[in-house]
Amino acid sequence: MSQPHRHTMEAVAVSHRFDVSRPWLQRLFNGEPKRFLRAVDDVSFAIPTGTTFALVGESGCGKSTIARLAVGLYEPSDGDILFEDQPLSSARAQPALRRRMNMIFQDPYASLNPRWRVSDIVAEPIRAFRLATRPNEVQARVGSLLAQVGLTLRDGEKYPHEFSGGQRQRISIARALASEPDFLVCDEPTSALDVSVQAQILNLMRDLQQRLGLTYLFISHNLAVVRHMADRLGVMYLGRIVEQGPAETIFRTPRHPYTRLLLDAIPDLEQIGRSRTPVGGEIPSPIAPPPGCAFHPRCKLANDRCRTEKPAHIAVGDVQVACHAVAEGRDS
Amino acid sequence: MPLLEVDNLTVEFATRRGSLRALDRVSFSIEKGEILGVVGESGAGKSLTGAAIVGLLESPGRIASGQIRLDGGRIDNLPPEPLRRIRGRRIGTIFQDPLTTLNPLYTIGRQLIETMQTHARMSDSDARRKAVGWLERVGIPAAAQRIDAYPHEFSGGQRQRVVIALALCAEPALVIADEPTTALDVSVQAQIITLLKDLTRDHGTSVMLVTHDMGVIAETADRVAVMYAGRIAEIGPVAEIIRNPAHPYTDGLMASIPSLEHRVDRLRQIDGAVPRLDAMPDGCRFHPRCPSAFARCTAQQPELMAAGATRAACWLHA
Ligand SMILES: Nc1ncnc2c1ncn2[C@@H]1O[C@H](COP(=O)(O)OP(=O)(O)OP(=O)(O)O)[C@@H](O)[C@H]1O
Ligand SMILES: Nc1ncnc2c1ncn2[C@@H]1O[C@H](COP(=O)(O)OP(=O)(O)OP(=O)(O)O)[C@@H](O)[C@H]1O
Ligand code: SF4
Ligand code: SF4
Ligand SMILES: [Mg+2]
Ligand SMILES: [Mg+2]
Repeated sequence: MSQPHRHTMEAVAVSHRFDVSRPWLQRLFNGEPKRFLRAVDDVSFAIPTGTTFALVGESGCGKSTIARLAVGLYEPSDGDILFEDQPLSSARAQPALRRRMNMIFQDPYASLNPRWRVSDIVAEPIRAFRLATRPNEVQARVGSLLAQVGLTLRDGEKYPHEFSGGQRQRISIARALASEPDFLVCDEPTSALDVSVQAQILNLMRDLQQRLGLTYLFISHNLAVVRHMADRLGVMYLGRIVEQGPAETIFRTPRHPYTRLLLDAIPDLEQIGRSRTPVGGEIPSPIAPPPGCAFHPRCKLANDRCRTEKPAHIAVGDVQVACHAVAEGRDS
Repeated sequence: MPLLEVDNLTVEFATRRGSLRALDRVSFSIEKGEILGVVGESGAGKSLTGAAIVGLLESPGRIASGQIRLDGGRIDNLPPEPLRRIRGRRIGTIFQDPLTTLNPLYTIGRQLIETMQTHARMSDSDARRKAVGWLERVGIPAAAQRIDAYPHEFSGGQRQRVVIALALCAEPALVIADEPTTALDVSVQAQIITLLKDLTRDHGTSVMLVTHDMGVIAETADRVAVMYAGRIAEIGPVAEIIRNPAHPYTDGLMASIPSLEHRVDRLRQIDGAVPRLDAMPDGCRFHPRCPSAFARCTAQQPELMAAGATRAACWLHA
């Protein structure tokens, strides 16, 4: 199949705000203004077709919000999401294109209908998009999808609550693959899986990519998994992408002070009984983010400029970094 | 005397086709102030073990035989009311699925305050101050402002931390933590782990820590139990389990961990799958996947036996 599009998915200056105000009566009573939480702040990136773009960053930094924006579950407050060069909203209006994007959710149980048998859950996209119509054909597809994630057709007769946490996550992966997507958003796809099933799933995802040219937006807090999967990497901090570029380059020579800290905090098997130094400093509030560079309260390199002026993205080789210290060459 | 003793615990599910044995004679203990890590492939029975201890097995699951003792007293045969009091005050639980623990209709502050007030007398304002304190200890930013928010207004990892605060706020003697850090990035994970370790050191809290993250196990656990197909395959000190695993399954588990040091094309995987409950192989349950299997393995089931510094259920050590 020819691939005319260089990028499968693109985010152009995307922001997303949540209204976290108290009920209006209370606000009126206390004279409070409306309050917003800026979960995603002016984020731009593009995912070349057939590659994996990974997002990493602290809990609450906005990864799942981007995932939901990428498949159209949220509308951006500002900016645009493009799917194969068209605005996402018009792409989603066409069933043929809608079929081609799908998402594996962070919370596998909440995303599975508890009243449906597993085989019906997996068959639903096959029927909805008419990928197969005859019952035995549908059945055969469901069987091979379940087999790919290490389950069997007989497991399909059961309901989600009869499975362990990792088994449920595999069911949601099978369902996501059922519509034969070209673009798959994976929000912590293996976080509930033990290492050996995780290896099976990651190998499966890489096989599918090599065979069918799938494009992934991949979110995981497990940096070893990210290193294994990612072609390009975006490091997020408090709603912004602070560093992005080829994953290998960033893993080998992280530039942004936050990226360095993140890579230092990784536990490894050599550290039996030893404690990591938890990232110091206060976790800032996303409702009232620090002015200037949001990372400055925790950054050893922060100076006065960092406290007032938001750093712009600059190119360092093929990596983009938003940091004054890097721009000024005082980071090493 | 250990704080928790689990003695030959067997759990079965009644089905139309007969009863399925999901846990088979599982025995272990946890000392005061000790952290026992529990690892093993998906479906091995880790969560079921935790659920059985706190008396939350869902029907048709039931304890078919065995005993569970807390501070020497049996808790596996208690009526619902005393069991409910133990749960929460003596045993705090962090479930694998944070959404099922949190009530979507109440603010997280209300849930914390109610939990603390059911187990200890304290004024509303005291409880509220303590609740903010717990949210800060688990790393929820702007805790004082967000205490009145509902669960869906938090990110996945933030919800998981609220669940952790809920389990710890009544200061239980035993914490059963089922994948408490899976949705957390490494820096928050470090914070939670430091918190758990502080509790064991300062208050003698005991922890049963279920996780598939061997990095977390390495830095947190004192001992590790490796489960396979409803049984304990190996149990021993953490350093031995990681460096010198005696059971072939533990060995395979250690090898399938992706490494940060070098990127490989394919991760090593343990081929095959965990056997289904209704099709358990005879003999050693691992034999169809075991690279070292020999004749005796297919005929006779191994029990835990001394294997170097650990105990392993494997005929290689007989
Ligand atoms: N309600 C139920 N009915 C039937 N079987 C069940 C039920 N709940 C659990 N099981 C089975 O019991 C076995 C053990 O499940 P358990 O949830 O303890 O696994 P686990 O080790 O926690 O796995 P994971 O790492 O995936 O969470 C699994 O094979 C599961 O399918
Ligand atoms: N529905 C909502 N209403 C209000 N605030 C929200 C809502 N959903 C998310 N948030 C907030 O937006 C921020 C980003 O959340 P998001 O779920 O994108 O984080 P994340 O990076 O996926 O974190 P995690 O690793 O914990 O899953 C968080 O501060 C969160 O509390
Ligand atoms: S801009 Fe300043 S505060 Fe921000 S990361 Fe760079 S040096 Fe640190
Ligand atoms: S008893 Fe035999 S089959 Fe089982 S783990 Fe040991 S060598 Fe392998
Ligand atoms: Mg998330
Ligand atoms: Mg489990």
